[in-house]
Amino acid sequence: MEVKYKLTFKGWNNSLKKNKLLGLKCRDCGKFTCPPKMTCQECGSINLEVVEMSGEGKIVTYTVSYVPGEGRYVEAPILIVMVELDEGPWIMGNLTDIDPNRASIESLIGKRVKLGPHSKVYPGDAYSTGEEAQGGEARPTFIFA
Amino acid sequence: MALRKVAIVGVGHTPFTFGGEKTSVELFSEAAMEAINNSNLKPKDIQALYCGNCLGDFSEGQGMVQSYCADDIGIAGIPATRFEGACASATMAIRDAFIWVASGFYDIVLAGGVETASKMGTPLATRTFAMFTDSHYEYPSGLTFPGAFAMLAHLYSAKYGISFERLRRQMSLVSVQSHHYGMYNHLGQLHKEITVEDVEKSFMVTSPLTLYDCCPFSDGAAMVVLASEEKAKKLTDKPVYIIGVGQSSSGKYSAQYKYLPRLRARELSVQQAYDMADIKPEDVDLVELHDCFSIASIIAVESLGFADFGHGGELWEKGETKIGGKIPINISGGLKSKGHPIGATGASQVCDIVKQMKYEVEPQRQAEEVKIGLTDTLGGDGVLAHLVLQRGW
Ligand SMILES: [Zn+2]
Repeated sequence: MEVKYKLTFKGWNNSLKKNKLLGLKCRDCGKFTCPPKMTCQECGSINLEVVEMSGEGKIVTYTVSYVPGEGRYVEAPILIVMVELDEGPWIMGNLTDIDPNRASIESLIGKRVKLGPHSKVYPGDAYSTGEEAQGGEARPTFIFA
Repeated sequence: MALRKVAIVGVGHTPFTFGGEKTSVELFSEAAMEAINNSNLKPKDIQALYCGNCLGDFSEGQGMVQSYCADDIGIAGIPATRFEGACASATMAIRDAFIWVASGFYDIVLAGGVETASKMGTPLATRTFAMFTDSHYEYPSGLTFPGAFAMLAHLYSAKYGISFERLRRQMSLVSVQSHHYGMYNHLGQLHKEITVEDVEKSFMVTSPLTLYDCCPFSDGAAMVVLASEEKAKKLTDKPVYIIGVGQSSSGKYSAQYKYLPRLRARELSVQQAYDMADIKPEDVDLVELHDCFSIASIIAVESLGFADFGHGGELWEKGETKIGGKIPINISGGLKSKGHPIGATGASQVCDIVKQMKYEVEPQRQAEEVKIGLTDTLGGDGVLAHLVLQRGW
């Protein structure tokens, strides 16, 4: 039997550009997988449904990158955060409403955040040529809740 | 399945440099011929080549380098295979070579790796190293490879309740020790003592990691010759046996959330190696571990079983990682000082442990009697591979 990918990067990306963070809910164990995969990241099931995630959670860690990859120097410094979503999964993104140079463990870790009104989009480079990346690759863009 | 015993019968290692003038093939051939000569063999005796190489496509526009490498030393006809597992590539190559010799399929295999990462310059090198993170779901956020470990450093401090000031000093001590021993490694890239203050005052790459928390970009090659026990006994009176191997993989960084800052793949891989070797961490006399970033060493020693979780940095605080300490670590200078030509690094770790066992390193960094050594090699955000080596005399 043919097995189709339930939520592809293209679908996830196009949705995030409209500020909707999609994920997968497992019909077998009830848990969430986000970013999406073929299988539930908790139990391995492929019995999954696409759901909209709350986009809310708390910061578990971060870094401020001053030396980004080629072609991204204009973005530096970049404040990258790892957020534990209320549904459980962790997801990487950016935090936009604090000056990256003022970021600290005290000001960030454990703080509540939510998806902001505008998802930033990485326009891509010579290595992101696929149709799934056309129009750029969206990144979860958080603000303090 | 009954496996044959497999020995390392010779090693070869080029100098590790920044902006070297040699091609990947040339570097490979220098390391390969040294390893073959030291094994009392000729190239025609090699039955297969397993070669780690990650970024030759980008640094030299050269794919499929393993085939040209075999040809360069006059053995174009043999099966030559390239291994790509980011910075763990060469250890993966040696592990597979071990398996094929142990199984009886081959008797003599040449394995290791080569890289010319420094040729790319920092912007392209940073871009290509970031390819060893999830390209669609995590790179768009700006993630770099040091960025992944920077996030682990903050997480480590928060999760284990260690003040950042203390962790900062522990990380600095890791780099200071690596530079100290690296001073004496004539094949290493950096020869410069540094202080805790130097580390903390150097420029911020990605918070909290400064320049001196990070290994350099490097060119170089390292190769080893593996032989079945029967062949090895005819070739050398100092065989170094590979008595345990392990390898494990991970999903993208965020998908590892249940374990971070621990890297679950390291724990799975090293346990395979320990079990196969039938040893415990306390049996290990010397470790070469993957200190791509200072925090990476602290995280590594915990999963390898040399410290409790949250207490890895205390080993450096107490000097237990030096020669004569509880567990000497990276007496080569590690990736930090010796350099990190990524596709070659795992083989370089093996070379140094073999030379330590044979009392062939510089006297200033010669460890006390090494009977059992462990290599720990990390690729990207979660390919791990381990080898346990045992002195055979
Ligand atoms: Zn499930």
